[in-house]
Amino acid sequence: MAGFVLIVIAAFFFPGIILRSKSIASGRKGPGVFQPLKDLTVLFHKGSVFSHATGMIFRIAPSLTLITIICAMMLLPFAEQKALFAFEGDFILFSYLLALGKFFTVIAALDTGSSFEGMGASREALFLLLAEPVFFILLATFAMFTGYTSFSVIFNHFFVTGNDYVLIYSIIGIYLFVQIAMIENSRLPVDDPKTHLELTMIHEVMILDYSGFDKALIHIGTYLKFAMFGSLIYNIIVPAGWNVILQTGLFLAVQTLFAIVIGLTESFRARNKMNKNPKFILTLSAVALVAFMVILILTDKLV
Amino acid sequence: MLSAILFLAILFLSLLIFFVPGKVKYFFTLALIVIGIVVTTLWSSELIAGDGQEVERTLLSAGSGSILVLTIDRLSALFVLVINITVLTGFLYARGYLARYLQTKSSLSFSIHYFSYLWLWLSMLMVVMVRDGLSFLIVWEIMALSSFFLVIFQAEERTILKTGINYLIQMHVGMFFIMTGFLLVGRDTGIMSFNALTEYFSSNPNFPLFLLFFIGFAIKAGFIPLHTWLPEAHPSAPSHVSGVMSGVMIKMGIYGIVRVLMAMQSDLLLTGTVILAVSLFTGVMGIMMAIVQHDLKRLLAYSSIENIGIIGTGIGLGMIGLGLDNPVLAVLGFAGGLLHVLNHSLFKSLLFFNAGSVYLATHTRNMEELGGVMKRMPYTALLFLTGSLAICGMPPFNGFISEYFIYMGLFRSLAGATLTHSIVIVASVVGLSLIGGLAIFCFTKAFGIVFLGEPRSQKAVNISEMGRTMILPQLLTVLLIMIIGLGSPLVVRPMFEMVAQSFGVTMPTMETGSFMSNLSQISIIGGLFVLMLTLLLVYRRLHLKRRQVEAGPTWGCGYTAATPRMQYTATSFAYNYNHIAKPLLQNLKIMDEIREDDLFPSRRTFESHSDDLFRRYLIDRPVDWVSGLLKKIAVMQTGRIQQYILYAFLFMLLVLLLSFLKII
Repeated sequence: MAGFVLIVIAAFFFPGIILRSKSIASGRKGPGVFQPLKDLTVLFHKGSVFSHATGMIFRIAPSLTLITIICAMMLLPFAEQKALFAFEGDFILFSYLLALGKFFTVIAALDTGSSFEGMGASREALFLLLAEPVFFILLATFAMFTGYTSFSVIFNHFFVTGNDYVLIYSIIGIYLFVQIAMIENSRLPVDDPKTHLELTMIHEVMILDYSGFDKALIHIGTYLKFAMFGSLIYNIIVPAGWNVILQTGLFLAVQTLFAIVIGLTESFRARNKMNKNPKFILTLSAVALVAFMVILILTDKLV
Repeated sequence: MLSAILFLAILFLSLLIFFVPGKVKYFFTLALIVIGIVVTTLWSSELIAGDGQEVERTLLSAGSGSILVLTIDRLSALFVLVINITVLTGFLYARGYLARYLQTKSSLSFSIHYFSYLWLWLSMLMVVMVRDGLSFLIVWEIMALSSFFLVIFQAEERTILKTGINYLIQMHVGMFFIMTGFLLVGRDTGIMSFNALTEYFSSNPNFPLFLLFFIGFAIKAGFIPLHTWLPEAHPSAPSHVSGVMSGVMIKMGIYGIVRVLMAMQSDLLLTGTVILAVSLFTGVMGIMMAIVQHDLKRLLAYSSIENIGIIGTGIGLGMIGLGLDNPVLAVLGFAGGLLHVLNHSLFKSLLFFNAGSVYLATHTRNMEELGGVMKRMPYTALLFLTGSLAICGMPPFNGFISEYFIYMGLFRSLAGATLTHSIVIVASVVGLSLIGGLAIFCFTKAFGIVFLGEPRSQKAVNISEMGRTMILPQLLTVLLIMIIGLGSPLVVRPMFEMVAQSFGVTMPTMETGSFMSNLSQISIIGGLFVLMLTLLLVYRRLHLKRRQVEAGPTWGCGYTAATPRMQYTATSFAYNYNHIAKPLLQNLKIMDEIREDDLFPSRRTFESHSDDLFRRYLIDRPVDWVSGLLKKIAVMQTGRIQQYILYAFLFMLLVLLLSFLKII
C-alpha cells in the first residue's frame, strides 16, 4: 500500500521537476513546479472535441490506459512492505498490463484516420515490440540472481545473502530501467515530446486529437508511469531493510533525482535519428544479455 | 453401451444428409453434431467421475478381435472438448455464412459440404480416441480428405482448386512419415499401435522414431518450414471451415506429437531441445510473416503458425523439464502448451469467423480496401477486438494465462540451472517476449486498419452488421475466453492432472497451491481492472455531460480535403518494421523502372507482394526443377508405336545384360 501511495505522491511533483530543471538548464525563468497540475485542472474544466472519424475505441482508450497503469502500480513494493498484490511472476503481469495500455493507444491513434497518427502508431508499436525483451531479460537476470520471481521478494533479497556483486546489477538495472522508462514514456533519446513537426513526432502525434478530460487522463498516466519506473529504480538502489522514515525520504530523493536527470538529458542532447532508434533499443537488449552473462560468470557456470 | 451404439449410428446416419430435403439438411446435420457432442461429453465426464484412468468403448467387433475401439484418457478428453466447442460454434455460424451461397450452389454441393464438415468433426474425434495404428491412419486420412472437400467449396475458382490439391499432396507426404513410423513400431513389436510405442522405445533408440513422427505430425500442425500449405488453404476455405481448421484441425498434429512423447523414455533432453528450437523459430517467423500480409485471412493463418510455435515451446520445455528431472518446468511447460491449444482454438476461431463476416459484407479480404468497418459492424468489430486482445496474451483474457504458465515454468527453473539450461531458458524468454511484442504489432495493424478510421474504398462503405445467428454463437466463445481469463485457478487442477496422467510428473502439492493462489491474485487484479475501468468510464460520461462536447474533423494538417485513401494503410503501417525485417522476409516488387532516356514514360504499374521464402526455396524451386526435368524426359513420348517397342526391347536387353553380369 505504501508503495502505491508514494508513487502517487511522487507523480504530483515529477513532471514539474522535469520542467523546472529544463528551464533552469536553459536559463529561462520557466513555470513553477505545479504548472503541470494547473494544466490538468484546466483540461478537466474544458469541453471536448471528437473527430467524426473516431468511434468507441478512441473514447475508451485513455481511460483504459490509465487503469492499466494503476493496476501495474499495485504490483510494486516499497521497502520491506509487500505490494498490494505480490505473487510469483507478477512482473509478467506488470509488463503485459503496460502492453495492453499501449495496444489501446495505438489503435486509438488509428481510429482517427489521420496519416500522421498512423505513422506515430506504427513507430510506437515497433519500438514497443523491440523493447519487450529488455524488461524480460533483466527480470530473468534478477530472478536468477536472487532466486525469486516476484517484485516484492526479489527486491527484499536484492541486498542480502552477502553478495558483493550487487553493485553491478544495481548499475545495469538503473541504466536499463531509465531507458525503458524513457521508451515507455516516449522521451529522449527515442522520442522528443517538445518537437513541433508531426512528421518527427511519435507519441505526441498519436494523441493530437485528444482534448479535455481524455487528454488529462493521458497526462496523468504519463506522470504515474514516470513515478512508477522511479519506484522500480529506487527498489534496486536502496536495501529494503532500512528505517522506514529514512526510506521515505530516500524514495522522494531518488524520484527527484530521476526527474532532474530526465530534465537535464532533454536539455543537453538531441533525439536519435528516427531510423537509428531500432538499433538503439536492440542495444538495450544486448546490455541486458551482458548482465545475464555476468551472472553466469559470477556463479561459476561460465568460465 | 447405448452411447456406443448412438455414436455408431451417427457414422451411418451421416449418409442420410444426401437424401434429406434441402431445407432441413442443415438442421439434420446440426442434430447429429449435437447428439455426438452429448455422447462424447458423457464419455469424458465418465472419465473425470470414475477412477480417472481411461474409458474404453468398443464400436465394432468382429469374431474375437475388436476393430474400432475408442479409448479416452485425460489428454483425449481435452482435445474432445476443444474439437466439440469449435465445431459447434463454427456450424452455428455457418448457417448465416452459407446463406449467400444458397442461390448459386446446388443442393448436392451443400450436401457434400455438410457431409464433409460432419466427417471432419467425426474423424478428428476418432483421431484423438483411436489407439490402433491402422485405424488411426484411416481416420487421419478421412480427416485430410474431408477437409480437402471443405477447402474446395468454391472450386469454380481455379486457384482454390489448386490450393486444395496442394494441401492434399502435402497431407499425404505427412501421412507417409507417420505410416513409416507405425510400420517400424509394428515390425519391432508386432503391434501397430500407440500402445506399443512404449515397448518399442524401451528397447530402441528413441530419437529417430520420434523424428519420423514429428515430421509427419508437424506438417499437419504447421511448424516452419513445413507450414507452406497452411497460409494457402486457410484463406481459400469458407470462414467457418478456416476457423475449425486453424482452431482445431492443425492441433491434431500437436496431439500426435504429444501422444508419441508420452511413450518416450530416453533422449528426452535432446527431443525437448529440438522441439523448443523448432517452435521458437516457428513462433518468431510465423508472426513476422503475419505482419506483412495484406489478406486478412492469410494474416490470421500465419498467426496460427505463430501460436503453434507457442504451444510447441511449452511442450518442448516440458520435455526438457522431464529430461532434467525438473518437475516444475515439466508440469508448467506441458500444462501451458496444452492449455494454449484450448485457448488458441477459442480466439482463433473467433477471429476467423469475424474475418469471414467482414468478407461477407465487403467481398474483399484485402486490408488495403477496408477501414472504418467498426462504425458499420460494431458487434463484429468488438468480437474481433476480443480475439485480438486474447491472442496477444493481454490480461484479463485467456491467452495471458497460458503464456503465464510457460513464463513461470521458465523463470521458476532459472535458479539453480546449469549453463546450457540457463541459456536455453533465456533464449526462450527472449523468443517468447519477442513473439508477444510482434503479436501486438500484428494485431494492432489488423484491427486498426480493418475496423478503424475511414473506409479506404467503396467496398467498405455500404455494409451492414451480420445477422443475429452469426453473432450469438460467438458469444459462447467469448464467454469461454472470459471464464479462462478471469477464472484461471479453475483450470489448473484439470490441466495438472492431465499432465500427471500423461507424463507421470506432478508438482509438489504445496507448489500447486501457491501456483493457484498466484492465479487467483491475477484473477482479482483482472476483476479490479474491469471494475475500475467501468467506474472511470461511468464517471467520464457524467463528466462530459456537464461539459460542451463537439464533433469536428480530425486535426487538419495532413487530412483536410483528402480522400480516405490517403490514410495510413496496412503496408505503410508495416513499413518501418519491414525495413528491419528485410533480411528475413523478402518483398517482391514488380515494376519496370523509368530509364533516363525515356522522355515520355508510358503507363506503368507497381505491385509489391510479401513472399514466403520457405515456400519458394523448399517447395516451388524443387517442384519447378523436377517438372522441368520431367518435361525433358517427355521427349521420349513420341506417340509412335515402333519407338515404344524399341524402348521395351532396350529394356529387356538391359535386364538380360545385368542378369548376365550377375548384378541383379
